[in-house]
Amino acid sequence: MENLKKTPLYDTYSEYGGKLVEFGGWEMPVQFEGIIVEHEAVRGNAGLFDVSHMGEVEIKGTEAFEFVQNLVTNDVAILNDNQILYTFMCYTNGGIVDDLLVYKFSKEHFYLVINAGNIDKDLQWMSDNKGSYNVEITNTSSGVAELAIQGPKAQKILQKITAIDLEEIKFFYFKQEVLVDGIKCIISRTGYTGEDGFEIYTSGDNIVQLWHKLLNIGAEDGLKPAGLGCRDTLRFEACLPLYGNELSQDITPLEAGFGFFVKLQKNNFIGKEALSIQKEEGLKRKLVGFEMKDRGIPRHGYEVAYQGEKIGVVTTGYLSPTIKKNIGLALIDIKYSGLGTEIEVVIRNKSLKAEVISKKFYKKNYNN
Amino acid sequence: MKTLKELVYSIDHEWVKVEGNKAYVGISDYAQHALGDIVFVELPEVDSEFTIDDVFGVVESVKAASDLIIPLSGKVLEINENIVDNPVLVNEDCYENWMILIEITNVEELNKLMNAEQYNEYCSEEK
Repeated sequence: MENLKKTPLYDTYSEYGGKLVEFGGWEMPVQFEGIIVEHEAVRGNAGLFDVSHMGEVEIKGTEAFEFVQNLVTNDVAILNDNQILYTFMCYTNGGIVDDLLVYKFSKEHFYLVINAGNIDKDLQWMSDNKGSYNVEITNTSSGVAELAIQGPKAQKILQKITAIDLEEIKFFYFKQEVLVDGIKCIISRTGYTGEDGFEIYTSGDNIVQLWHKLLNIGAEDGLKPAGLGCRDTLRFEACLPLYGNELSQDITPLEAGFGFFVKLQKNNFIGKEALSIQKEEGLKRKLVGFEMKDRGIPRHGYEVAYQGEKIGVVTTGYLSPTIKKNIGLALIDIKYSGLGTEIEVVIRNKSLKAEVISKKFYKKNYNN
Repeated sequence: MKTLKELVYSIDHEWVKVEGNKAYVGISDYAQHALGDIVFVELPEVDSEFTIDDVFGVVESVKAASDLIIPLSGKVLEINENIVDNPVLVNEDCYENWMILIEITNVEELNKLMNAEQYNEYCSEEK
């Protein structure tokens, strides 16, 4: 695996039994002890993820708010300082450039957290749409490292080495210059698992100390190092989308079922016209949940059919570690998206029966 | 990585235990470790016939599906239903928990398989 990027924690993975894979141009741990054990640790206690591969972009300037408001589909105007917004960046045709978190420091200073595999593309898109806005766009990704501590015991564990009361940080808020084990960090109550938890941003130099320290003090509460394997099963159960699966340049946020994060009443933003038209004309495809009735595990890319006719494709599927069923998400012709519809998933050239069910496979446990 | 001296191994990480004109087939410790948590096993029907290197079944971990490649031509005499019902048994003991029992149709093909020592060397090169 040459030419792959490595996070500052790369050298520590082997100490914890990390098994490495390529992900978005990075060499990352898919698991340490095992995907199921780590998945269960996050649902029951807590897991610690290295997510330093994520991209961070700083937007500063007198028109930072106006620039970001035009760039994304959600309404940045509702954000308080130190609040965070989940949103999409769309192309003019409504296809998705990326999904991202917008951290608001002030109306002249924002922090965008973007997907690792999309960093170059996103930066290009931002600079193409800078126009006459008075802003400076800075890619700080290489200097910023990030940990995610997720699970019902995340707060209890992180609190042991954190100088402020974590209760003060509400869901989708953050605080900067928080001392964690004496290291200055940004802490947000965010995550990608469907559990309560925090994401911690600091410099690459300091992340190794934090990683070891947290794993050390968290062990008695069941904290485990967790890899990208369970990150995917966890986010999937909570129906949190992954770029490249549920989201892409060929899928709009409306089709993916995330219209809540698209505010068409907003003055103007890139993609607004196309998305408004799509909403008016009605969707042709929709992201649905399904459960296998025949024996088989659905996987990303498998064909979905109705009475032998292709109607779409599986975006993500697993034997769900929490609910122990073979379930999936699929983007299909909206005609067949009603709950209870009998569909087929083609697994190794065999059409196997499945049924459309609610996408809410797992009820999120957020501490609002 | 564990290997057993009394078995022979294929380049696709299956093991073979020969008993007369029959052979038990399973996956090696290297394979089960590389796959991680095994959550699904699909085995062929009894009496189906395969030629060497055919896909005879599938083993799936949490993340991915992998084909099982038959290391010898043969006819399936028995399948191990236990691992179909409880796939994690393959992780727990991949040598105890065989997958299929076949009747060997071409004994010559055994020459293509590796002994434990050769297989260990092969695996260390794969890494």
